[in-house]
Amino acid sequence: MKYAFFAGCKIPYYLPSYGTSTRAVCKALDIDLIDLEFNCCGYPVRHQNETAAIFSAARNMALARKNDCHIMTVCQCCYGQLKYAAYWLTRDPELRKEINALLATEKLCWTEDVQVAHFLSVLYRDIGGSNIRTLVKKPLEGLKVAAHYGCHALRPSHVVRFDNPMAPTIFEELVALTGAQPVDWPKRLECCGNPLWEKNNRLSLHLMKKKLADAADSGAQIIGTACTYCQIQFDAIRRTVSEDASINRTITAVLYSQMLGLSFGLERNDLGLTNDAIMNMING
Amino acid sequence: MVFTVSFYLALSICFFGVFLRMAGWARTEFDPQDSVGSLVRRLSGIFTGSLRILSSRRIVWIAAALIRDVFLQIPLLRAGFFRWLAHMCIFYGFVLLVMMHALGSIITAFFFPDYASTLDPFMMLRNLFGAMVLFGILVAALGRMRRNRFFRATSRSDRLVMFLLALVIVSGFLLESVQIVSAPIFDQMVDDYMGTDDTEIRDPLKAYWAKEFYVVFSEQPSSQDLETGQTLHEENCAACHSRPGSAFLSFSLSRLVGPWALWLNRVRADIWLWYIHFGICFVALALLPFTKFFHLISVPLNLMARAGVGLSSHPGTPDDITRLALEMDACTHCGVCSLHCSVAPIFRIIPNTNILPSEKLMSVTQLAHGKQLDATHLEAVSEGSFICTECFRCTERCPSGISLQTLWRKGKQTLIDRDYPDPHGWVRQLTTDQWADRLDRCRDNKPLCDTFNRYRHAAQDPNTFSACIQCSICTNVCPVVAAADGMMPPEVTPQQVMNLLRLNLKELALGSRMVWDCVTCYLCQEHCPQGIRVTDILYDLRNIAVERLQPVRRPSSRVHPDGCKTDDPHGKNRNEVS
Repeated sequence: MKYAFFAGCKIPYYLPSYGTSTRAVCKALDIDLIDLEFNCCGYPVRHQNETAAIFSAARNMALARKNDCHIMTVCQCCYGQLKYAAYWLTRDPELRKEINALLATEKLCWTEDVQVAHFLSVLYRDIGGSNIRTLVKKPLEGLKVAAHYGCHALRPSHVVRFDNPMAPTIFEELVALTGAQPVDWPKRLECCGNPLWEKNNRLSLHLMKKKLADAADSGAQIIGTACTYCQIQFDAIRRTVSEDASINRTITAVLYSQMLGLSFGLERNDLGLTNDAIMNMING
Repeated sequence: MVFTVSFYLALSICFFGVFLRMAGWARTEFDPQDSVGSLVRRLSGIFTGSLRILSSRRIVWIAAALIRDVFLQIPLLRAGFFRWLAHMCIFYGFVLLVMMHALGSIITAFFFPDYASTLDPFMMLRNLFGAMVLFGILVAALGRMRRNRFFRATSRSDRLVMFLLALVIVSGFLLESVQIVSAPIFDQMVDDYMGTDDTEIRDPLKAYWAKEFYVVFSEQPSSQDLETGQTLHEENCAACHSRPGSAFLSFSLSRLVGPWALWLNRVRADIWLWYIHFGICFVALALLPFTKFFHLISVPLNLMARAGVGLSSHPGTPDDITRLALEMDACTHCGVCSLHCSVAPIFRIIPNTNILPSEKLMSVTQLAHGKQLDATHLEAVSEGSFICTECFRCTERCPSGISLQTLWRKGKQTLIDRDYPDPHGWVRQLTTDQWADRLDRCRDNKPLCDTFNRYRHAAQDPNTFSACIQCSICTNVCPVVAAADGMMPPEVTPQQVMNLLRLNLKELALGSRMVWDCVTCYLCQEHCPQGIRVTDILYDLRNIAVERLQPVRRPSSRVHPDGCKTDDPHGKNRNEVS
């Protein structure tokens, strides 16, 4: 199985461990990750200029097409944006024509046949639970995980087609495969607050706090994430506001790729895991 | 005399300029409010910092960087083979020319006491080095022409530098070719070294040199006794003169100018070309600190500083700012960053060159040097700066080792401090009513779809929102509305925004907290029983707001470029809104 790995802009500098752990897990699962020089998915510029956002996304898909592979993203926002662009490029011939005219100057062309998949759906649909289960050597038994979906993977559902938008199960099932125990938590489908970081920090943190508290109240020990932005919000950004006493500090956020890697028995260094908390939870 | 005076003049301008540029590193401040320390403090910071690093074990790393990054130019090789080839040819060709030829009487003569510029291998090598430089310039120029992805990364200063360099070499070759055919030089040399006016003696040598050294004389020598000529040559000239053929380029050139040789000799073209040649060289020397040539100093320093103290990441201390200033001076405008930039494709839709890192750096440098930029420029820099996603690729790719990522972050902060934040920042400065009022007072309040090539105008097309039944489900599921207690209220709820659109009053929503605080979680859109694309509409309203609110943002700018007057407090022009 082969995918072009769409890491997105934030992983190389702000969250390299997500790239490291995804590569390690994919290697164990025999998923071939191709590195292409993708550009920004277009999500950050969409609030300013939608055409620029769609063109950016289309260029990435055209690049994957030229290299004869499909795209796997690990970020909900990249995923949502690429899907959004594909949705409208498929339905709007006028838009497709104009975007392709721009792409043609670089000898690129967008067509429908490039698939965009999220890491979670690749695991769930392409690899399958039974294949993953055979690789689990050290189940994360007893670990209570609040699976955090991330908005842009789930919604708008007719565009992204990831899972049932009202009652999704994919992430919980994948968490259960690692031997951990997914918990049910009321706010699991809500926003982490990151889209407003550095734009309206108070509101951004408020949304994050509500989610952290809710996950903790529901008995979770960690929040499992599968999105670059969500993880940055729950981890790096939470740490920058250390003076805010109203933020729950006990519950940590861990990337699903790292959880899966740990259950495979991979070394924590190979997973870029520097967080001692989860190690204590597993070993304790 | 002219030579010596102009040389020392150029050299002192060069030294003075280098001093100015270096002092500039200690004076750079992104923001006058930053506590960047006094000039003395910063200069001593450079001195003690360098001393500390050079006396530590890191000197090994610096030495390694000197070999790997400066002498072998591996970072350039990573950027592309032809870039590296061109640069190596130019760099080594020129450096060797300076050492062997320009400073020949000092350096070469020190190692080879018999050194004479007209003797092999020096004559051949001089041509070889010159050819290397010309070849390098050619490859670089071709590369610059071919490489442009969809923008011109070549500026006037890039062309000036390449042109000057080519001129130095070409004038040198021309000079040498004219010297080869020059009879006056021959006569003078004979006067100086043979010390005889006797044509009987001189003519055989003349004949020999005309035949074997291709000197062009106005009158044919009376004697054609080549054997005597050769003996005379071996006695008097051979110690300092190899055959001109080994100066392969100049010699070919001298064959080309052959038909005009008599005229060239008569006007003493050799003297004129000599003035021109050293003149251009000295101009280039004097310009070194003020043009891209300065990268000869700044790039190696920066690469070694990077090896010594690592990438600067959080400019906090005055020394960090000094370091950033050096980094900004190390930019050669090679355009590698823009070739790999994650957001560069956006430039094709939003034609603002400040989106491209190689161009943005020039603006950020001006910002850092406290230069007064006009509002339009600052808005462009702000747009470009905040489109950057900080993906780190430019920093990884930069052959000069500039930590661009840090500069971009610093630049963004400076822009915020100077009241040029991203749209989220400036829209928040007014309430939605104030924005609506501003728009209302603007006569030229034309709808966006006319001026802007938009594909999906969710908020313009009644079909997308007319089905709204005001059931308020969108408002009930909205986490931003739910968070309102204790927060800044969203002013209007999603359902009210839909209603404003239905009433054709979207101006009342453009600057609202609801539109700009929306987290784009799509809960509203997912839950809408009427299938209205609520979030897409909110997104679109942001697009419209960026386009329409920006021009009316600053009340001080009385007349908007489109002729839209914003100083109409009583709304007298309301009825003229088309």
